[in-house]
Amino acid sequence: MSITTVAVTGNEVAAYAMKQINPDVVAAYPITPQTDVVEKFSEYVADGLVNTEFITVESEHSAMSACVGAAAAGGRVMTATSANGLALMFEILYIAASSKLPIIMTVVNRALSGPINIHCDHSDTMAARDAGWIQIYSENAQEAYDNIIQAVRIAENMKVRLPVMVMYDGFIISHGIDRVDVLDDTTVHDFVGKYQPNYPLLDVENPLTFGPLDLYDYYFEHKRQQVEDINNSKPVILEIAKEFREISGREYDLFETYQLEDAETAIVVLSSAAGTSKAVVDQLRQEGKKVGLLKPRVFRPFPYLEIAQALSHLKAIAILDRSISFGGFGGPLFTEIRSGMMEFGKTPENINIIFGLGGRDINEQDIAGIYKQLEEIAKSGKVKERIQYVGVRE
Amino acid sequence: MIVKKQKGWKEIPKGGLILEAGNAEQYETGSWRSKRPVRDENKCTHCLICWVYCPDSSIIVEEGKVKGIDYQHCKGCGICAAECPPKAITMKEEKEFQEKEGAKK
Repeated sequence: MSITTVAVTGNEVAAYAMKQINPDVVAAYPITPQTDVVEKFSEYVADGLVNTEFITVESEHSAMSACVGAAAAGGRVMTATSANGLALMFEILYIAASSKLPIIMTVVNRALSGPINIHCDHSDTMAARDAGWIQIYSENAQEAYDNIIQAVRIAENMKVRLPVMVMYDGFIISHGIDRVDVLDDTTVHDFVGKYQPNYPLLDVENPLTFGPLDLYDYYFEHKRQQVEDINNSKPVILEIAKEFREISGREYDLFETYQLEDAETAIVVLSSAAGTSKAVVDQLRQEGKKVGLLKPRVFRPFPYLEIAQALSHLKAIAILDRSISFGGFGGPLFTEIRSGMMEFGKTPENINIIFGLGGRDINEQDIAGIYKQLEEIAKSGKVKERIQYVGVRE
Repeated sequence: MIVKKQKGWKEIPKGGLILEAGNAEQYETGSWRSKRPVRDENKCTHCLICWVYCPDSSIIVEEGKVKGIDYQHCKGCGICAAECPPKAITMKEEKEFQEKEGAKK
């Protein structure tokens, strides 16, 4: 077992993880900012470094359809996409999840059109949050690499058998060069193991039917099963994180806390903005401010009680959403966490900050401003404006 | 009407999979029928045109001769009646048969 430190973009390391996993089938279509994941992976295929059957298709709808077919046949299947590509897969996302096919997909987060935009926000995967996939967000290239490898084991676990999406932020992470510690091929190979499909269509001795008509008499029962299986994935994700720590030395949980234990105020935010926020926490801690951070990693299944408990001692919280639920009461992360806090029975004062849409930068001053506002809310116990937009011009 | 006890979510295969082959036979599509094809044995020439055309494989043939119609699966589409050269098949209201059969029970 050896670890090598490399300087790579998020996309390069996602492709590298795919190479080490060496899936049976990859069916993908290029879309910015995901493009060089499949571009790089197709080089590995051309150079004979993987045994993968690489299927070039005419759209993302076809890409996910081919993945469903290949996974039903009994293969270990991977793909990658972004934004409008994910939207074009939408119909088949539900079919992959409901057919219990453990497909692993990297989604490089990008704003959904329109107006057309190629930069980061989370409107793409937040729109797909009810498709029945497990969703794991990554802060940086290291987490993207680690999460993709763990996703294989999570998806294929016998108690789960569901597709998994692994996300990281478009351009910020996908195209930025970062330091990543990669494992050696043998360690990854042994960690992911050999895939044992439950009901491969290629097993001609045991013919069966995938995707039959399922009307009012059984559809509801199949949905109920999906609820059970995705909820069962929570302990499995933790078990696999423990195993992953043994080979990598890196720790993963359902969410990460940073200086949260003795904090009075905190920000909750997904992905790369959590990295920026940690830098601000460090600065403010030097000034003696009791600030902290909570970064959800697993968004589906959402660890609502665990997060509510971790936040329960705070005086004020800002929940940051990089997507909008138009006409809803705040962004998706906000509504999930508020609902979880209500169930837990302790609801610290809270605000929702919508930020970063279409790749709009959020910088350290913006985040420091949010902590300052939280300090005032903690003092006064009063919230002037529940839902706010940071970084938008008035 | 017989109501079958249906299985709960813990008892059925996951993913909507059907694990055994050839199970379409168990799906009795005959219950969909509103009109029933009735064959006149005297007019039938056993040309097997009905057997060729039937989309539900519901014409029972033994040793090259039409033996009857599989009413468990015949949906009553009427193609056999329309195609039959000697007009040996006529479509009758299903309701009449059900009333008769119901009276027997």
